[in-house]
Amino acid sequence: MAMPAIISIQDLTKTYQSGFKALKGVSLDIRQGEIFALLGPNGAGKTTLISIVCGIVTPTSGRVLADGFDIVSQWREARSRIGLVPQELTTDAFETVWDTVSFSRGLFGCAPNPAHIEKVLRQLSLWDKRKNQIMTLSGGMKRRVMIAKALSHEPDILFLDEPSAGVDVELRRDMWQMVRALRESGVTIILTTHYIEEAEEMADRIGIINHGELVLADEKSALMQQLGQKQLSLSLLEPLAQLPDALAPWDLQLSADGQELVYAFDAQADRKEISRLLRALNELDIGFRDLNTRESSLEDIFVNLVHRREGGTA
Amino acid sequence: MSFNHHGVWAIYKFEMARAKRTLWQSLVAPVITTSLYFVVFGAAMGGRLSDVAGVPYGAFLVPGLIMLSLFTQSVSNASFGIYFPKFSGTIYEILSAPISPLEAVIAYVGAAASKSVILGLVILATGACFVPITIEHPLWMIGFLLLTAISFSLFGFILGIWARSFEELQFVPLLIITPLTFLGGVFYSLDMLSPLWRAVTLFNPVVYLISGFRWSFYGMADVSLWLSVAISLGFLLVCSVVLWWIFKSGYRLKA
Ligand SMILES: Nc1ncnc2c1ncn2[C@@H]1O[C@H](COP(=O)(O)OP(=O)(O)OP(=O)(O)O)[C@@H](O)[C@H]1O
Ligand SMILES: [Mg+2]
Repeated sequence: MAMPAIISIQDLTKTYQSGFKALKGVSLDIRQGEIFALLGPNGAGKTTLISIVCGIVTPTSGRVLADGFDIVSQWREARSRIGLVPQELTTDAFETVWDTVSFSRGLFGCAPNPAHIEKVLRQLSLWDKRKNQIMTLSGGMKRRVMIAKALSHEPDILFLDEPSAGVDVELRRDMWQMVRALRESGVTIILTTHYIEEAEEMADRIGIINHGELVLADEKSALMQQLGQKQLSLSLLEPLAQLPDALAPWDLQLSADGQELVYAFDAQADRKEISRLLRALNELDIGFRDLNTRESSLEDIFVNLVHRREGGTA
Repeated sequence: MSFNHHGVWAIYKFEMARAKRTLWQSLVAPVITTSLYFVVFGAAMGGRLSDVAGVPYGAFLVPGLIMLSLFTQSVSNASFGIYFPKFSGTIYEILSAPISPLEAVIAYVGAAASKSVILGLVILATGACFVPITIEHPLWMIGFLLLTAISFSLFGFILGIWARSFEELQFVPLLIITPLTFLGGVFYSLDMLSPLWRAVTLFNPVVYLISGFRWSFYGMADVSLWLSVAISLGFLLVCSVVLWWIFKSGYRLKA
């Protein structure tokens, strides 16, 4: 639990030259070896945050440590540990796949290691394309090339800025698998995504950023538990005028027409509660024609949080 | 890791490979252009043009033409080398890499300067096919060649960082470098000018670069050798300082 922070972000702000405040004091610790998903609507500041950590954008104030090294004063040590797959597909056109990945390795200060490049290319199913010019590859292949470039220098920290944008289901699954394998080998991964399922599927922890502020950062499971609610709805045979006292132990809601009983409960709650409720209904001779349950997804949590914030600050 | 030599080498190799891919534009085109100058001025008109301070006009032309190519190719090579990643977005990788501004400049400017030095030597060889050439001070010749290639590559690098469009990238060479070069004594000696023009021309820094380089060939110069050396070094210094400021301020590179 008390894993050391491999990235420590303290009170980070960024005001662009236009005067726009893209980050308004973000503090966040990323733990060694975790997969951290950064969620947020368009323009929330995800790319800005990543770009600052990677040295592409200069912070206005605040401090970032990567593996204990300050990204401004010890930029060389910090950067050599970080790999970045940016949001935009930007590759050279005329270079071959092999050359461009080898170039990246050299750029990051590593001696040539063809065996490692081969491993990365094979992992990403790019080996057959190694002699192809990048411009002859499809978009999904180019994205893989960018991942290969980011992995060329064996980084400890990998940033994936919307890795699944414009990527088909198959490649997305491949990528998830690769990300898990990387985590197994000890790499810390920070990804941004608009796909909530992706965060739900992949991440150990999730951060939600909105209007340049970190709204929340927590374990995915805790998040689901804290904010994830289940609902049991019962369509009654006979409408009820009011809730019988015997049902008071359960926090029930009766619809206005008395036709529907809704029981909201914790997703992690004791299952026996439901059977007890059903038994009580039976004893009271309250019949129901149908029942269904609904589980709030991360998406609900997300929409909920973002809206609450907007309601609060507006 | 106090000096990222792998990184410098990677960029240098990348830039040289780019030239190899575009060998036609990088080498063949300037050689053809230069040959045409020799054909027109050297062979066709040269017979009617008198010697310049004892040097046949065709031979007099050679150092100037080498300088002309050196200026334009250094600037265009270096400016394009850094402008294109900025334009295509691949600069993200350079900015996120553990490579210092100085290392990046060494790599980009080193590659651009290497290319123009090679080109300069090729043009020298081409010239030697048309006219007899002597080099009285070969070490000075190499020195001026390197100094000019490096200074103008630095200048091109600054231009590439400054430019926001391909038009701007072409604008400076076309409006500044080319006129200064053509009026800077590539085709004539200052002695051939009227006193007034001569005085005006002396404000053109390119005059000093060409004069020094030509002196290393034929031992004849329009201005003093040390003035040439001083102006060459001064230009190098100015470019270095501007570049230092650019990196210190993140000017047009980082948001
Ligand atoms: N160079 C810049 N100059 C001015 N404003 C900028 C600049 N880059 C980004 N912004 C603004 O900062 C805000 C945050 O942008 P950022 O790219 O970080 O968002 P994001 O969360 O990555 O969005 P998306 O999900 O669309 O990728 C946006 O409003 C954007 O317009
Ligand atoms: Mg983004």
